[in-house]
Amino acid sequence: MILQPATGIFTFTWVLVALPLLGAFLILVFGKQLKKIAPYLAIALSSSSFVLGFIMFLQMRTRPAGERGFVSNVYQWISSGSLDVSFGLQLDQLSIAFVLLITFVGTMIHIYSLGYMEHDENRGRFFGYLNLFVAAMLLLVLADNYLLLYVGWEGVGLASYLLIGFWQNKHSAATAAKKAFVVNRVGDFGLSLAIMTMFLAFGSFSFSAVNAGMQNAQDWLALTIGLLLLLAAAGKSAQFPLQSWLLDAMEGPTPVSALIHAATMVTAGVYLIVRSASIFNASEAARNAVIIVGAISLIAGAIIGAAKEDIKKSLAGSTMSQIGFMILAAGLGPVGYVFAILHLITHGFFKAVMFLGAGSVMHATNDNVNMRRYGGLSKLMIFTFTTFMVGYLAIIGIPPFAGFYSKEYILEAAFSHSIWVGLIALFGAGLTAFYMTRMVIWTFLSPPRWEDGVHPHESPKSMTIPMIVLAIGAAVIGFALTYNHVFEEWLEPVTGFEKPNAPISVFALTILTLTVVAAGVIFAIYRYRTISPTTPQEVSFLTQAARKDLYGDVANETLLMRPGQKVTKGLVTFDEKAIDGTFLGVANMVWSASRLLRQTSTGYVRSYAAYIVGGTLLVMFLLLIARL
Amino acid sequence: MSPEAYLILSSIIFSIGAMGVMLRRNAIVAFMSIELMLNAANLALVSSSRTWGNLTGQVSAFFVMVIAACEVVIGLAIILTIFRSRRSASVDEPSLLRW
Amino acid sequence: MDFEPVMFWISGTFAVIGALGMVISKKAVHSALFLAFTMLNLAVLYAVQSAPFLAVAQVVVYTGAVMMLFLFVLMMVGVDSSDSLIEEIKGQRVLAILGGIGLIVFFIFLMGGSMYRTFVGVESVDATYGGNIQGLAALMFGKYVLIFEATAALLITAVLGAMILTHRERLTPKKSQGDMAKELFAKGDYRGPLPPPGVFARHNAVDTPALLPDGSIAKSSLPDAIVARGDVRSVDYDDMAEIQILSEGLGIVSDSETEDDK
Repeated sequence: MILQPATGIFTFTWVLVALPLLGAFLILVFGKQLKKIAPYLAIALSSSSFVLGFIMFLQMRTRPAGERGFVSNVYQWISSGSLDVSFGLQLDQLSIAFVLLITFVGTMIHIYSLGYMEHDENRGRFFGYLNLFVAAMLLLVLADNYLLLYVGWEGVGLASYLLIGFWQNKHSAATAAKKAFVVNRVGDFGLSLAIMTMFLAFGSFSFSAVNAGMQNAQDWLALTIGLLLLLAAAGKSAQFPLQSWLLDAMEGPTPVSALIHAATMVTAGVYLIVRSASIFNASEAARNAVIIVGAISLIAGAIIGAAKEDIKKSLAGSTMSQIGFMILAAGLGPVGYVFAILHLITHGFFKAVMFLGAGSVMHATNDNVNMRRYGGLSKLMIFTFTTFMVGYLAIIGIPPFAGFYSKEYILEAAFSHSIWVGLIALFGAGLTAFYMTRMVIWTFLSPPRWEDGVHPHESPKSMTIPMIVLAIGAAVIGFALTYNHVFEEWLEPVTGFEKPNAPISVFALTILTLTVVAAGVIFAIYRYRTISPTTPQEVSFLTQAARKDLYGDVANETLLMRPGQKVTKGLVTFDEKAIDGTFLGVANMVWSASRLLRQTSTGYVRSYAAYIVGGTLLVMFLLLIARL
Repeated sequence: MSPEAYLILSSIIFSIGAMGVMLRRNAIVAFMSIELMLNAANLALVSSSRTWGNLTGQVSAFFVMVIAACEVVIGLAIILTIFRSRRSASVDEPSLLRW
Repeated sequence: MDFEPVMFWISGTFAVIGALGMVISKKAVHSALFLAFTMLNLAVLYAVQSAPFLAVAQVVVYTGAVMMLFLFVLMMVGVDSSDSLIEEIKGQRVLAILGGIGLIVFFIFLMGGSMYRTFVGVESVDATYGGNIQGLAALMFGKYVLIFEATAALLITAVLGAMILTHRERLTPKKSQGDMAKELFAKGDYRGPLPPPGVFARHNAVDTPALLPDGSIAKSSLPDAIVARGDVRSVDYDDMAEIQILSEGLGIVSDSETEDDK
């Protein structure tokens, strides 16, 4: 696809980023003065970004398919030797899909936060961070080169850190924020190495130059860059082996979990892989690595989600699992890119709905997150229940809800790649049905097991309306996007597309999937006829492992943290003995020398005059020598 | 006469001035020695002007005179101020700028 | 006959003598006079070297204004503030003399470029301007006018600086004579003249001796004849005590013992 210089409304692409950035600046700098209006300012700027994005989308639709990509060069960013990076924004079919998702879901969650954070003293700061996040995420998806993408990538990481640790007085939240930051750093390291490798190989960071360079690149180069990008994607998208931060990140406010840790930021890894399609197309091995990471995360996330009692952590496990789906789809190559993005968008809607529903439930039960103390909320919180059910049906893939379409296509693509990958994905779909049914039963349908003094009630309108809007999206968007293959045709110029060619017919596959899903649902209903309000201790090994995040943290601690601490201690000793010793020795030497030298500073003006004469004589002497 | 005679005279007077700065403790006399050095320089400028047949040397000497006048005014004012607070015009006494 | 070598040798020798005298002489006033002498001789050398304007300026500015300023400040500081001859800084005198000689030697060595030249002379240049002063003026107000303006600013700054440095703000009102008298008496020990003889006399008879303020007898107050006759009346020591009391009221100190008693 050929990108064109931006014309007309597309020259204002930078405004998309600038609006929420302005909001973040105003709110964070003039927070005290804007205390009252900060939330409304944030909502206004984020929604105006959406409106602008939507107008651009409509404009883009009027143009022929091959001419929908635009590049606008905002200014020359870095120019140094052969390094020449422009602050360029690229708006094409893939970017606009993300822009719409981010700004729409983002705005909805801004509105939801209005109710959710109503009683928080620092809500101005919260909205400032949300705007900062939206701006950084838009920069990430609009960048036309990897270096600028990296800026957005770090920006969302920063916003995520700030928002996870928003209640910084809570020790667990502060620790979780630090953990997210540190784990993300590993992934970011991968991305920076990938960018450096690109510069080394192609002398440029821009997507177009890298795409062109990949046409005749060595296989090992594509593999190296691909694996480094995969590491980056795994860090940001909480995929195996860098998954550990996502579950802890649930310490942040629920709207944050919905926006950043479900709908948008964690999917940046998928975006990165799809955007780097040319690299992954060039290396079969890199694609296989992506599939393996996706498959492991898909199953592991589902198992964790099935064992957690904390509703948000269970949803986080689900997020990890669903992103595993997307990564797996992206690893399938051109046959899966479009479906990865499709699932990303539908997931953005239904997972946001469910997170917001979880927040609503927590709001109703004095911020209790333990599902064992829920139950019977379906009658008391009718809007929350209904919208959550829409999200539920969408995620397990019941037609005609959104998840059905996207998941179905991924399964089809997976089966056409290999039967084993297809079976793993199918198993994942079954697990999804199981743990989501468990969540719905525990929260809404079983008899009440509330703690004393809890009086569940429906949430205010500012919270229910975004949930309803997002639920409508979760219900219809799958059908709307796949009807007549619009989405495939839309993205095809950017990512390329191959028709899946599964060994079994589409109809048979659909029946098979629905059967597996139904089995998962029925097993969950059978398994959770009664629910104990306390945690049973005598459970299977798998459950115990899943409760501990499948020993993810234990592995991190034994493999990385302890050896790291040992190395650090050794380095400290080395630093104190060898390096400090050297420097202190030098310092002592200088000190003694200066003690001798300061004798010359007598304070007598006449001595100084004598020094001047001495200096003059020396200069004259040197002049004489030079003349001789 | 040849130019070097004047230059040698000038350098002798200059060196005597330098010695005066180094030897005399009375601030006013030290200051006079500086004036003497400036005068020696002026003599060199005037004879150079004559050596090269160019009036710039004389103009420079004139400017040196003006600046020396300024310097005298400020220098004597400083000496007076120091004398007022310390009751002494010795350059050795305010030797506080030391280790 | 060329007049210049004569002038050079006379004035040059005088200038060096003056400079040495300035450095050597113990009293600052002598130094100032020696310096004035050197400067006058330098003025002569300027005049010889066809720089009449500078020669006059040298006399007027240096020997006139600058040296008078030096003398003025010397008088303010105190004429007798001569240097003590003991050198306090170890080795300074030797260093200074060696440094001075070294300077002369190196100057002469470095003069190579100017050696064995002859004077071109500024007369021809003067002629193009129509005279030495006209030539200097043309350069000063032409080529070097910016520098000239800068020196003007410098002079003004120097004047301001001198004013600020030497200015002392009067913080209290000036003392009048009355204030000073009050101050004198406020201390309590009166320092005025002692009372004259006879102030405390108890008798005006001729044979009664007058008493001095400290209580002793003023011999000259007795006529010789009465002394010879032995008719001198003895002093009543009760009166003496009375006088003592009276004199204490005025604060008279008659001797050290009574002062201690107070």
